Amino acid sequence: MNMMSEAAVEKALDQKMNETAYKMVGRDVSVYYGEKRALFDVNLNVRENTVTALIGPSGCGKSTFLRCLNRMNDTIESCRVTGKITLDEDDIYDPQIDVVELRARVGMVFQKPNPFPKSIYDNIAYGPKIHGLARNKADLDQIVESSLQKAGLWSEVKDRLHESGTGLSGGQQQRLCIARAVAVSPEVILMDEPCSALDPIATAKVEELIHELRSNFSIVIVTHSMQQAARVSQRTAMFHLGHLVEENDTDKMFTNPDDQRTQDYIMGRFG
Amino acid sequence: MSTIEIEAVDSQRVNWHSDEMKARRKSRYAAERRLKAYGMTAIIFALGFLAFLISSLVYTGHKAFTQTVATVSIDLSAAEIDRSNLMDANWRDIVRDALRAQVPDLTRRQERAYFDLFTSSAPFLVRDTVIKEPSRLDGTSSFTIPMSDRADQLAKGEISRDTPEDQRRISDEQIGMYDQLVSKGLISSPFNWGLFLNADSRFPELAGLAGAISGSFWSLLVCFAISFPIGIAAAIYLEEFAPKNRLTDLIEININNLAAVPSVVFGLLGLAVFLNGFGLPRSAPLVGGLVLSLMTLPTLIIVTRVSLKAVPSSIREAALGVGASKHEMIFHHVLALAMPTIMTGAIISLARALGETAPLLLIGMNAFITSPPDGIFAASTALPSQIYIWADSPERGFVSRTSAAILVLLGFLIVMNAIAIFLRQRFERRW
Amino acid sequence: MSGYLILFLAAMALIVSYFGVFRASRAATPAGAVRLKQHSRPIYHGLNAAIWTAVPAFIFLLLWLMFQNSVMNQLVIASFPGAEAMDAAAKSLQMSEIRQVAAGNLFRQPTPEVAAAAEHLRSLQSTSMYLMAALTCCIAAVGAFLGFKVISPRYRARHSVETAVTVFMMFSSLVAIIITVGIVGSLVFEALHFFARVPVTEFLFGLRWEPQIAIRADQVAGQGAFGVLPVLYGTFLISAIAMLVAVPTGILSAVYLTEYAHPGFRAVVKPMLEILAGVPTVVYGFFAVLTVAPAIRDLGNAVGIPSSPNSALATGLVMGVMIIPFISSLSDDAFAAVPRAMRDGSLALGATKGETIRKVLLPAALPGIIGGVLLALSRAVGETMIVVMAAGLIAKITANPFDAVTTVTVQIVTLLIGDSEFDNPKTLAAFALGLVLFVITLCLNLIALRTVRKYREKY
Repeated sequence: MNMMSEAAVEKALDQKMNETAYKMVGRDVSVYYGEKRALFDVNLNVRENTVTALIGPSGCGKSTFLRCLNRMNDTIESCRVTGKITLDEDDIYDPQIDVVELRARVGMVFQKPNPFPKSIYDNIAYGPKIHGLARNKADLDQIVESSLQKAGLWSEVKDRLHESGTGLSGGQQQRLCIARAVAVSPEVILMDEPCSALDPIATAKVEELIHELRSNFSIVIVTHSMQQAARVSQRTAMFHLGHLVEENDTDKMFTNPDDQRTQDYIMGRFG
Repeated sequence: MSTIEIEAVDSQRVNWHSDEMKARRKSRYAAERRLKAYGMTAIIFALGFLAFLISSLVYTGHKAFTQTVATVSIDLSAAEIDRSNLMDANWRDIVRDALRAQVPDLTRRQERAYFDLFTSSAPFLVRDTVIKEPSRLDGTSSFTIPMSDRADQLAKGEISRDTPEDQRRISDEQIGMYDQLVSKGLISSPFNWGLFLNADSRFPELAGLAGAISGSFWSLLVCFAISFPIGIAAAIYLEEFAPKNRLTDLIEININNLAAVPSVVFGLLGLAVFLNGFGLPRSAPLVGGLVLSLMTLPTLIIVTRVSLKAVPSSIREAALGVGASKHEMIFHHVLALAMPTIMTGAIISLARALGETAPLLLIGMNAFITSPPDGIFAASTALPSQIYIWADSPERGFVSRTSAAILVLLGFLIVMNAIAIFLRQRFERRW
Repeated sequence: MSGYLILFLAAMALIVSYFGVFRASRAATPAGAVRLKQHSRPIYHGLNAAIWTAVPAFIFLLLWLMFQNSVMNQLVIASFPGAEAMDAAAKSLQMSEIRQVAAGNLFRQPTPEVAAAAEHLRSLQSTSMYLMAALTCCIAAVGAFLGFKVISPRYRARHSVETAVTVFMMFSSLVAIIITVGIVGSLVFEALHFFARVPVTEFLFGLRWEPQIAIRADQVAGQGAFGVLPVLYGTFLISAIAMLVAVPTGILSAVYLTEYAHPGFRAVVKPMLEILAGVPTVVYGFFAVLTVAPAIRDLGNAVGIPSSPNSALATGLVMGVMIIPFISSLSDDAFAAVPRAMRDGSLALGATKGETIRKVLLPAALPGIIGGVLLALSRAVGETMIVVMAAGLIAKITANPFDAVTTVTVQIVTLLIGDSEFDNPKTLAAFALGLVLFVITLCLNLIALRTVRKYREKY
């Protein structure tokens, strides 16, 4: 990768993004919490090697949609999902589909950093261990190191891998969680407002990291910050009251949106 | 070149559909199912034990709720009885004559075996009935005489007729006499009111729980009268008034520790301080209640503090805002709102105190006392210590009595807990 | 008598408070004058007067009742001929005889000295009773008068009442400390008496516990018959068996109920488990004797192990079942305290529920669970009725769980049931055992509470 110039890589990725098929496809996705309907027939696709940002006022369903993509909604008792979501053409709500495999392929990073109360090493090694991705200790060391490197955390923690993950700063913890997700080599990474609990400097680091991760993964990020969406994403989807209002190239979205509501939201008239 | 790089990344991807991965997932799910099965087994073990416990108690205990009795008519007009001194009349012979009439023509030896079928206290029972109803002296009236333990066991099928004679406590001859009584229609087994109305006795057929129940009642009354006001006062002080300092920290640690001190230690305290130190009477419900109140106090304080804490500060501010003093705010508003929860907690801790046995043994509430106590100073037993006494008695008949006493105790506990649950659901507020 | 006095005080307080309210309202609106601004509402004036009436008299009454017996004993024994020559034990023995005679319980004809002393005691008792009644009434009357007199519109009755209430509440909260002091004091006091006869080292390190033998020949009391080790061994053997039953069952059922069970199932099963904790221990004891112990003995005999009808295994098994709900509900709390984010983090990585439980929840909840297990252990060590009814009486050190062992609590109860004169080593030994029990459970509780609290602070 170092052999190419930054710009060349960007260009190659953009090209790939435009020519390849969709990584994940959502068709008429609706979500109900008991009687209450939270999402209305959302049609949204996730492209490969793309950062897709989901924006909208709070309670608009963007996190709900995100959690549908790796079936984290299954953990909520009353939640029911209709419609169809595919990952590489496999319906992820098909009873045949193994949710454990699905979540390994579609990783997730949460709003608040949630490292396990274990050492940094064990935090990263947890996923590869349960999925049997490492044949031996050396393999595992290798995965831990490369994951931490991908998350830009290696240089900061390499001397204290066996200290507790909860002892890190907030920004480091969040990057540890990203490294933890990366360690299972997922195809898609979902991020639910990953910077909302972080200070501006930590946020900048995480954003930079997201940008770099794009070359290896498809990323969907929920954010309440329009600037962040503009900075990190190539595609942006705007949600409002459970409906998908508009999905577009980020550049177009922020300069010349198709929908009046998007315009109002971006201009700060509501939200 | 760039495409090559990106595909290289792709090739690192895990092949989730390889056989190896599939087998691995299969074994992971198997482990999951095993854990679930272990959990279910644990629950089944615990609940199975509970079911076994209760059903075995019901099985052994239900028989004690009936008592085999003989109904014998006695003609008292013919007997020589000094009406001014009913106490000292020769009741023994009167009763024996009446019994003899039912199964006539017995030798002296047979007679002794025959009388063994009836409770040995029969003369006293007849005497007491007559003293209560002197009109019976004027003619023939029928008396209910409880059968002795062995005949009762035979009637209830506890003693099998198929057992060889030398291995059972009732002889073939006695069984024959018993069958004669049955064929004459004298034997019946009505509900055993004696179980609730009689006090303790050496004879199972006469032993009852009246003394134990009233002893428990008086003890709980004392316990409630002491622990309820003091517990609430302490909780209010600690929750609303106490400054945060070392003393209150110490109090807090003390309360938490006391809640976990073994009950037998409270018994030692009661023995050393209340009996030996203050010279209070042994076996008295007063001392029992005092000891139980010391035990319930910590729990009560903890429960009350939790419920006071649950009252939202908006209520407090509203009360203070209209000019109530701090005391008025607490007693008029906070305490009133917290009361249902406090009562629930108090009833549950009283239920715990009702089942507590060990400290009562140490202060002598396991004495053999044949009349119910008439107050908090009289010697008495309590329900759980009565169970302990009966469980220790060698007579067969006490086994089913013990189970029955346990069922009665559990009945009281269920009622108290039901009241507590009712209070909670009816009055408790959710903030 | 004292019961009537208390009723009398209550009635008097009621009457005084009624007239107090009346007087206070009159004072506020004197005939023909404008209504004066009162500091406190009339009800406070009434309450204040009632407190003045009843409280000092009640406290006096309590103190009198508490100390009258020992004072009278002193007086009687001091005038008893030959009392100077008696030691404390003989005095108390003599005193109890005099008491019996005075109460009219004659077993044999009392000696003239005893009869005279009993007469003396009886006259003292009646004097004391009248004196107590008279003084209590006097104090109540003086209190009522003073409480009544202070009533005036300016008087801050509410403050006075509230101060009294606060003092009562402060005293109540001190009761916890008083109880602890009482426990420690009485245990240490009696244990010291015991150690005056049996050396501490013998007690703590002795390998023989035969208190019955020591009674028969008083002088061998100090010769190793009071070694606590076999008793402690029995206690821990039975507790260990109980924990072996309760810990896995409790934790696994908590795992199932919190992580797998349908809410409806949980709502039914959890209270049913709690019932196990609500069953009085005497019931478990009876069940152990009646059903479990014979079954275990038969089992032991069937596999050829010498078995006792009071086997440690049966006792421990039943005790373990009793403890299940403690461990289960404390583990339940510990699992519930682990933040949802931990669970989500693990599930989002593709872990199964079981893996999440074993590798994330269990380690995270471990301190809470350990705290719960320690509390349960302390309960097992202090549990009395099950072992009194189902465990053995002979202290021995054996590795065979089918054999009978004895425990600290069994020994305390058997030593103290029946007569308990405070002058023989048998009785005093029970207090020494009580002290040991108290110290062990206190340590376990303190460690457990600290572990749990630390754990709570973490999340």
